[in-house]
Amino acid sequence: MSSTLSENQAPETGTARVKRGMAEQLKGGVIMDVVTPEQAKIAEDAGAVAVMALERVPADIRKDGGVARMSDPDMIEGIISAVSIPVMAKSRIGHFVEAQVLQSLGVDYIDESEVLTPADEVNHSDKFAFTTPFVCGATNLGEALRRIAEGAAMIRSKGEAGTGNVVEAVRHLRQIKNEIARLRGYDNNELYAAAKDLRAPYELVKEVSELGRLPVVLFSAGGVATPADAALMRQLGAEGVFVGSGIFKSGDPAKRAAAIVKATTFYDDPKIIADASRNLGEAMVGINCDTLPETERYANRGW
Amino acid sequence: MSDTPVIGVLALQGDVREHLVALAVADAVARPVRRPEELAEVDGLVVPGGESTTISKLAVLFGVMEPLRARVRDGMPVYGTCAGMIMLADKILDPRSGQETVGGIDMIVRRNAFGRQNESFEAAVAVEGVGGEPVEGVFIRAPWVESVGAAVEVLAEHDGHIVAVRQGNALATSFHPELTGDHRVHRLFADMVRANRAAQSL
Repeated sequence: MSSTLSENQAPETGTARVKRGMAEQLKGGVIMDVVTPEQAKIAEDAGAVAVMALERVPADIRKDGGVARMSDPDMIEGIISAVSIPVMAKSRIGHFVEAQVLQSLGVDYIDESEVLTPADEVNHSDKFAFTTPFVCGATNLGEALRRIAEGAAMIRSKGEAGTGNVVEAVRHLRQIKNEIARLRGYDNNELYAAAKDLRAPYELVKEVSELGRLPVVLFSAGGVATPADAALMRQLGAEGVFVGSGIFKSGDPAKRAAAIVKATTFYDDPKIIADASRNLGEAMVGINCDTLPETERYANRGW
Repeated sequence: MSDTPVIGVLALQGDVREHLVALAVADAVARPVRRPEELAEVDGLVVPGGESTTISKLAVLFGVMEPLRARVRDGMPVYGTCAGMIMLADKILDPRSGQETVGGIDMIVRRNAFGRQNESFEAAVAVEGVGGEPVEGVFIRAPWVESVGAAVEVLAEHDGHIVAVRQGNALATSFHPELTGDHRVHRLFADMVRANRAAQSL
């Protein structure tokens, strides 16, 4: 992107600044999984900064099994017309035609997601080929930088979706933050080998080393179920959170959604988090990740 | 009183960090504001980009909306970008149910007027009061100003639509100067805050 714009130049869409800048606007916020226009409205009323439109929340994908794919366009359009906040939707990893369809529907962000069944076990989609920005999951810094190198404009730590268990979200976010902190201490000579170890482009590794953070917004996802979970991820360095099954698989979704929004904004104020945590009804039951077989771990998808 | 103005950034949600950086470059002491007592300590306030519905809800919920309205009425300088522009509008054309604004600028804004994310764009914008080259305008699901009252000065237009305005000590842009390395609009705002402090200490 050239930095000298003249006034008679045509406006430019789909630039890196516009794509990454969109994610900057979501910071400090909660993005909620919804499966119907009614749920989308509940999320918007609760203060969500965006909704993720999908056919089944991850907990149900887990339960039902089978191949999980992009949602029905009618259902996505129904959600787009129900709310004024941004609408995201998921494509399978490497399924660039699903991504083309989502772009044509006018979604505001595409999540190339491990929660759906991967369509390509080697390649992710070329995200530079799209005007619509992409968010991708990562379990470590190298994976995050590979996704950014492919054009991702936002990263979310993966966690383990549909479990209601925050342990993997913590593991992945800590991993990413630790690796960034380590890079910060490297001198120029060490960055080449670091890039090789991370299996990521040298330029991006150098940029992270200089910035002390990713060059794009970093959210956390996969297992957040309570206001305290959301605040924990924020205190660990996430700039916002995705909440999937945690809201609409709970006893009182509207109340829990609003409570998670409050705790995300005042993540460093235990008194407010305590108040937000009162009388929320049943949380989702949850799954212990250490009893989850390797083959059922979504975080292992993506390369 | 020191010479350096203290400028807050409403930090309920949105691109707070970028504004803090831009204000520091414009020689202000910049700090996040989430609570009424923090608001009381600043000489001016930026309402950042973000989701206007979310920011509005949280402002009401945590008791910042009323004190903020009072300070804007009393003439505290404020600057809103994108969602912040919506927050400073006296009227929203198509508000979500219960969406409140701070107000302060006699204008009607249309939310997401330039379209959804696929239509988000960059374009050069000549801004009245900002000397030199046009500003790099980054428009993200941006609003525009549908109409303004007599007291409002139009500072910039894009494609026939009003995208920057000022009324007294209140400034608003549809676009995000904080996302560029060019901080001239933040300097303009910091100067407004300095002038207001000087006038008050007379």
